[in-house]
Amino acid sequence: MQLKINGKTLEVKDGCNIEALLQQLGLKADRVAVERNRNIVMRSDFDTTVLQNNDQIEIVNFVGGG
Amino acid sequence: MDKLIIAGRTFRSRLMVGTGKFSSNAAMAAALHASDCEIVTVALRRVDIDNPQDDMLSHIDPKRHLLLPNTSGARDAEEAVRLARLARAAGCEPWIKLEVTPDPYYLLPDPIETLKAAIILVKEGFVVLPYINADPVLAKHLQEAGCATVMPLGAPIGTNRGIRTRDNIAIIIEQAIVPVVVDAGLGAPSHAAEAMEMGADAVLVNTALAVAADPAAMAAAFAKGVQAGREAFLAGLGKQRLHAHASSPLTGFLRNEA
Repeated sequence: MQLKINGKTLEVKDGCNIEALLQQLGLKADRVAVERNRNIVMRSDFDTTVLQNNDQIEIVNFVGGG
Repeated sequence: MDKLIIAGRTFRSRLMVGTGKFSSNAAMAAALHASDCEIVTVALRRVDIDNPQDDMLSHIDPKRHLLLPNTSGARDAEEAVRLARLARAAGCEPWIKLEVTPDPYYLLPDPIETLKAAIILVKEGFVVLPYINADPVLAKHLQEAGCATVMPLGAPIGTNRGIRTRDNIAIIIEQAIVPVVVDAGLGAPSHAAEAMEMGADAVLVNTALAVAADPAAMAAAFAKGVQAGREAFLAGLGKQRLHAHASSPLTGFLRNEA
């Protein structure tokens, strides 16, 4: 299935959850925040949130800022 | 001891440091260490999924520093609230430096959207530190809305031009019931000292450190400027006057007085 992640299209396995998605992307779950279709997904729900085809995902992390 | 208290939390340092624009994470970490700051600002951005970067958080010691995420990039209240919620979900304490800057040239904060967002975030339990123009009336509204500080700008972000808003900042300080943090535009330790001499409770500095030839040395210099300014404020500065006022007696000169 296809996801839209941070504006880019990505192919992932059907039934993929957010934890698996972060692993596929090489991201640490404890350093990011994730929105699915504009709703924040709490970290404790990463492994139980199963993604659907065409989900819009935003993944943010901290960068330098004043 | 002279402590800074924000939302019931006590801080020893009155210098807050931003983490943007440093040439490397190592240079940033060295500046944080040399500044002896306790509050460190960070921003939130989309991860580049094709090219994930070195994680800057691993260079900031959470035992030494309180992470203060900002909402930079937000152009209105809705975007700012969204970023604040994401920052909390990313594991930060619910402290947020609220920034709403729709204008890309001067990055001046939008007062109406800032107040709107502040009201929402205070209701959601955030400790809100709003970045504002040096507007005493807006500062009052934000305090009444429950903000933990106000953060008036000295000059636009990244300009190093010092305190160009001095008279209005003086009014904000005079009327404040929450700590006043002068943020943005402070380009030299003397600017930071000036803010503290005026009675500001703290300052936030980023660009001046990040662009210095030696960021850590500049951070140490700013720490001294903040300390000197604070001590001078507490000691009580003399009044300015127009005419000379001799330091020695005006009698006993080596001449015969008429």
